[in-house]
Amino acid sequence: MAYKERLNKRGFEETRPIEAKVGIIKRADGSAYFRIGNTIAYAAVYGPRNLFPRFLQDPQRGILRCNYNMMPFSGSGERVRPGGSRRSKEISLVTGKALLPVLNLEEYPNTVVDVFIELPQTEAGSRCAGICAASMALADAGLIMKDLVAAVSVGRVDDKLVVDLDYSEESYEGIVADIPIAMIPNSNKITLLQMDGMIPKEDVKKVLEMAKKACKKIYEVQKSALKDKYKVEQDV
Amino acid sequence: MYSELRNHIIKLFESNVRLDGRKLTEYRKPVTVEYGVTNTAEGSARVKIGNTEVIAGVKIEINKPFPDTPAEGGLVVGAELLPLSNPDFELGPPGIEAIELARTVDRGIRESKCVDFKKLCIEEGEKAWFLIIDIVTINDAGNLSDASSLAALAALKDARFPKLEGEKLNYKEKTDKRLDIKNSPIAVTVIKIGEKFIVDPDTDEEKAIDARLMVSSIEDGTLCAMQKGGNYPLTAEDIIKMVDIGIEKGKELRKAL
Repeated sequence: MAYKERLNKRGFEETRPIEAKVGIIKRADGSAYFRIGNTIAYAAVYGPRNLFPRFLQDPQRGILRCNYNMMPFSGSGERVRPGGSRRSKEISLVTGKALLPVLNLEEYPNTVVDVFIELPQTEAGSRCAGICAASMALADAGLIMKDLVAAVSVGRVDDKLVVDLDYSEESYEGIVADIPIAMIPNSNKITLLQMDGMIPKEDVKKVLEMAKKACKKIYEVQKSALKDKYKVEQDV
Repeated sequence: MYSELRNHIIKLFESNVRLDGRKLTEYRKPVTVEYGVTNTAEGSARVKIGNTEVIAGVKIEINKPFPDTPAEGGLVVGAELLPLSNPDFELGPPGIEAIELARTVDRGIRESKCVDFKKLCIEEGEKAWFLIIDIVTINDAGNLSDASSLAALAALKDARFPKLEGEKLNYKEKTDKRLDIKNSPIAVTVIKIGEKFIVDPDTDEEKAIDARLMVSSIEDGTLCAMQKGGNYPLTAEDIIKMVDIGIEKGKELRKAL
């Protein structure tokens, strides 16, 4: 069976509607909100701040700690037990790796930068939404950065390559490949890549190209949200 | 540790004014309640008091009733002081503060009898509806306790039962069936600093607290739960005054629902 039209009626390279804001959590040094379709991510950054116990400190550079957490009521089925799972630990790890290349942590020796990602509502693509929010929050915190990081999932549903799979596509009966990707938009470098599912190797190049285009669009939304916060009200 | 700050706060109180210019028993403005903030929960609400923001979500499950109440459903309240919301909160299992918060919110709802747990029983001793409220903090600018209890009640009011298909619950579809909420228990935490009483402390005032009393009351002024906190004792006269303030301010806060 061919996948002629997306179950959600979107174009094959079209993402769900995106909304982004920064500075939403006043207590934090930097914060952001990123919504893609029904998936919502909050991110807060605290730091660079002192790191204890001191043996964890690195005199060469600051340390980045990321934590990804689904709120107990954020899953589409039963309640998610609070306290973290193997899944959330793995996502925290790959999120940190996705963000690290744009940071200049050598500027902040002996410190830690904490990134907390919280999801009040999820429907596929939550790690990518978390990464998008986190990179905006890091910028909002005023850290020295080389660029932002934009992330989106791409993949294959039956015979078609698609951008930003939602729940209906992730759970599609047939061949599905889900590939979350994070990119540094200005250098086109990839900082996160995971995949589950099956895909012929010829499609990998095409799907990376699609991810690049979608990440550039997300990047524009991220930048404009950051600029919005610092926009000076123009008096007539 | 904060004695300078405390002295300053007490001095201001003498002229009936607070650090941010508010009167002693004045809440920050606005107090807002927004319903249905996450569609994965059966009910949810976001409460903002000034810059303080919390979200509460209700999941509705079917469980075996507790052995001591075989013909009743259940209520479980959890609270997480997320490290996202305050630089001093840490990752890990709920600490003593989060547990106290969850339990006081739980008591306010349970003891007000606003939910008839007998009506949540499906099959005696076997199956009953359980309401699981989770409170998460988004921004802690003081007074998480009042915001949390308001959010928990609002989330219950917003809740709709999931669809029961045979033995299984279909969380994808919500029914139109809502909980029958008979009254609105509102918690107001009254704070004593020096000889004065205030409500809705901000972050600085929370550092200077001598004692606090969380007062939960329903519409007619009947008390349904209380909790004394803080390191200093209170006199009976203090408590009478604090209860009065709690009930009066509760009426004001209830209007935000």
